[in-house]
Formats: sequence, structure tokens, C-alpha cells
Amino acid sequence: MRLFWNITLGGVAEGMIFASVALGLVLIFRATNVINFAQGAMAMLTTFIAFSVFGKGVGYWPAFVVALACGLFLGGLVQLVLIRPVQNKPPLNAVIVTFGLLILLEGLAGAVWGNSNRGFPAAFSQSGLVIGHTAIAFSHFDIFIVVAVLVLVVLVAALFRFTTLGLRMRAAAFAPEAARLLGVKVSWLLTLGWSFAAVAGALAGLLVAPTSVFSPTFMDLILVYAFTAAVIGGLDSPVGAVIGGLVTGLALAYVGGYLGGALEPIGALVMLIVVLMIRPEGLFARPTARRV
Amino acid sequence: MSDASTGGLVLSDIEVAFGGLTALDHVSLSAGPGEVVGVIGPNGAGKTTLFNVICGFVRPDSGTISYAGHAMGRHQPHRLAKLGIARTLQGVGLVPGLSVVENVMLGAQRKVRSDFASALFGLARSSREESALRSQALELLGELGIAEHATKMPTALPYGVQKRVSLARALIAEPTLLLLDEPASGLSADDMAELGQLLRRLRERMGVLLVEHHMDLVMSTCDRIVVLNFGRVIASGVPESVRADPEVTRAYLGEEVRGADEGGTAGA
Repeated sequence: MRLFWNITLGGVAEGMIFASVALGLVLIFRATNVINFAQGAMAMLTTFIAFSVFGKGVGYWPAFVVALACGLFLGGLVQLVLIRPVQNKPPLNAVIVTFGLLILLEGLAGAVWGNSNRGFPAAFSQSGLVIGHTAIAFSHFDIFIVVAVLVLVVLVAALFRFTTLGLRMRAAAFAPEAARLLGVKVSWLLTLGWSFAAVAGALAGLLVAPTSVFSPTFMDLILVYAFTAAVIGGLDSPVGAVIGGLVTGLALAYVGGYLGGALEPIGALVMLIVVLMIRPEGLFARPTARRV
Repeated sequence: MSDASTGGLVLSDIEVAFGGLTALDHVSLSAGPGEVVGVIGPNGAGKTTLFNVICGFVRPDSGTISYAGHAMGRHQPHRLAKLGIARTLQGVGLVPGLSVVENVMLGAQRKVRSDFASALFGLARSSREESALRSQALELLGELGIAEHATKMPTALPYGVQKRVSLARALIAEPTLLLLDEPASGLSADDMAELGQLLRRLRERMGVLLVEHHMDLVMSTCDRIVVLNFGRVIASGVPESVRADPEVTRAYLGEEVRGADEGGTAGA
């Protein structure tokens, strides 16, 4: 039973990380109907920037803030420079552009920082908490992961629900033409959507890096899991992304814990196929049909 | 023909051709503040093209448009709101994923202050703005008699209600000119009578330009009427004189009778 609870706790922490990457994918998909294959690579880049800033001896938190700020900037920049020119072309064009960006960023990071595996600092202790006399597989850092992603999710939800900016972003995502007519600057909001998505990614990068080997490809597998999470949740639902992240995190933790860690990627693919077969629109997709 | 000295919307000599088809042929008209102007004409007369030219969807091949003295020849659709012009869309154009009240709030872009920075660092202010806007939107929905639908999704509502929602969305911007594209289409007789009353009330607050082919509504509501046929203005003036114009009777009213017959058979 203790094994079960340890696996579950690990799955929750892992799931929250998937949730924040999935949230980024969903924000971008809602805004521009593009699957951003570079979401992980962009997070990798901001995490490496944080790594360099940290190396200057400024401490963890300034590096943390720099990474998020770089995400905000990088996301907007990518949308403006790479995505906007292909926005009105067939969706596959933009997808291939993001794929190219993935390769570019990973190559760039390899050239600048090298392809060796490194260690990335954690904000808090990564040794398991002790409750009574029992050590559990859940550390202060895992608590930080859960809290940080929850704060992010609550901020995004509050932005969408309770601010006029969020209202405009939702309108721009649902009906760009109607929104434009009403004086909403839709293209600017799409850029902003990419910025927010990249911040969610940057956070994920900072949370993943201490728990895995840290190299230019460290987000690749996370992106596959987060994509699974986003598809489970329905690609255009932020709530779905979070729940999908948790479901994926838990499922993969059970697969890894009981059947062996090597099976985790296969587990994700099986989930992806099952969801696409049974409920291809995902669990929380918006009800209206997409116009073809 | 049209009085260019008004401070409102002035179109002069607008020409639009789609390939070989001349959709608007040297059309001039004006709509001043406090004035309800109707544009009528049979199907294909160029009413919607005229509307799209004003909105900036269609660039005129020649001619000028100005509003309150500002030239708006190459304006973008979203600039319209800034100038104080609000429009409703033929069909309805509500955003499907937002509730009725949110759709109405969306119409107030011109008044929304909070930008990117304040949304990031001042969620509180943006949120106060949101709740002020929300109560204003609810008030308008009440004025139009549809307050009870505020939290519903627009796609689930009857057409007449959706039309009022889109009207409320145009009104929340407190425009100085309201453009209405076929506001009466699909409305019941009762709804239409109410719409007529509303438009007469609105005249005190703003100018209204009405593109419509419901003769009764236009005749009873408008101060001035411009009649289009095959892209040309064939008559303009007060309702009585337009009604008496023989060319209008020939071009439009003859068409109207046939149109009514078709409507009757389609409905039966």
C-alpha cells in the first residue's frame, strides 16, 4: 500500500508538470489552431538561459524570474516572426514551422551550452518528506511543483474569466472575425496567447530540469506526454489540459511503478490511441463543431 | 442630393466593381447625428456592398468616405469602433463560446482601458473594469427586455433574442452612429414594432443608418430614405416623397410585391 501512495504522489507531481506544458499547447492551439511542437524546445531554451544566469551566482529566484520573462518574450517573438507569416496558410505549414523551430533551438542550445548531461538546481530540497517515521516519495520540491503549477492555472483561469483582456482573448479564439469587427485587435491577442503559453512552458522547464538529466533534449519526452494530456483534455480546453495532465501523470506513474519505467512512453502512446479512438475530441473540448 | 455639411457619415461618389459587375455606381449619401437614415432597395441592389464599404471590408474603387470630418478611405474594420461607429451584422455574429452578457461586454472595446501591462501586473484593476462593464451590459439587456437570458449561451436562444443581444452589443459602445444591417429580418411582427420604437428612442442618442428591406419599418422609422437599384441611387428624401416617387414604385415596390409572394410560398 505504501508503494501505491508513493507512486500516486509521484504521479501527481509529474502530472502537474505535464499540465503546465499541456496548458501551453492548449493556449496556442486555442489562439492560432497550431500544435506547437517547439513548446518543449522553447522551455528548454529558457531553462538554459536560467542556468546561465544562475551560474553568475545571482541565486535561484532571479534566474527563475529571468526564465519566465524570457518565455514571455520568446513566445511573442516566435509568433510574430515565424507563425504570423504562415497564419493564413494551411495549418500544416505552421506545424512544420514549429517542428523546424524545435530542431533549430535544440541545435542552438547544443552549440552554446554543449550536449552533455548536467544537473540543474532545485528551489527546495528533493529528499522525501518524513511523516511520523516513514519517509515518503514526495519532497519539498514536489510540493513546490504542485503549488507553482496550481498558481499558474489559477492565474490563467482568473485572466480568462475575470478580466476584459481575458474576455477579448476568448472572443479572439472563438470568433476572430466577429471580434475584429468589434474593435478587438485580434492579431495582437494571438501574439499574447503565444507569450502566455511560453511562460507556462518556461515554468515547466524549471520544474522538470532538477528531476531529470538536463541537456538540450530534456523536454522532448515531456512534450510527448503533455501532448497526450492535451489531447485527453480536448485540445482547446485549459481545464481539460490540467485534468489531462493529472490523468496522464498518474497513469504513467502506475505503468512505471508496477510494470517498469521503460514502458512509460508506450503507456502514453496507448493512452493517446485509446482516447483518439473512443473520444477524439477529448474530454473537455468546446461543444460546437469546428467549421471545415 | 446629400447634405455634406453634416458632422456625421458622408459618402460621396463611391464606386465598387466586382470584375465586370458594377455593385455601386457613384453612390453618395450622408447620415447625420440624431438622424435615422434608411437604405432600401431590392435584392442585389448593392445594400450589403454599401454596408461593407462603410465597414471597411470592401475597398471602394473610387470615391471618399468620411465620418465626423475624418477621412476613412483605407480604414480597417476594427478602426470603426474607435471612430464611434457600431454595427450589427446580417445574420447575428455573436461569439458562440461566450455567454450573452459576455458577448455584450465585448462590444465596449472602445471604452476598455486595461492593456497588456495592467492585465499582467494589475489583475485587480482589469477585474474591476470587468465587473463595471458587466453591470452595464446587464442594464442594457434589461432595457431590451432580455435580462433573463444573460448567462445563457447565445446559440441556445431564439433568433429574435439573438438579434437583440447583438443590438445590445452595438449599443454598449455608446456609438455616435449605429449601423444596422437588416435588423428586422427573421423578426415577428411584435418584435418588429418594438424595434421601431427602440430606433426612434435611439435617435436622441445617436445617428442610425439602417439597411433593410422591410418597407413598413423603414417608412415608419426613418427621417430620410435612400433607394438603391442596380448599384445606383434612384431616389432619396423623406419617406413621403420616396413613397410617391414613380421610379421607386417601378423598381422597388414591384419587386417588393413579388418578394412578398415568394416569402409567402416559402413560409407555407
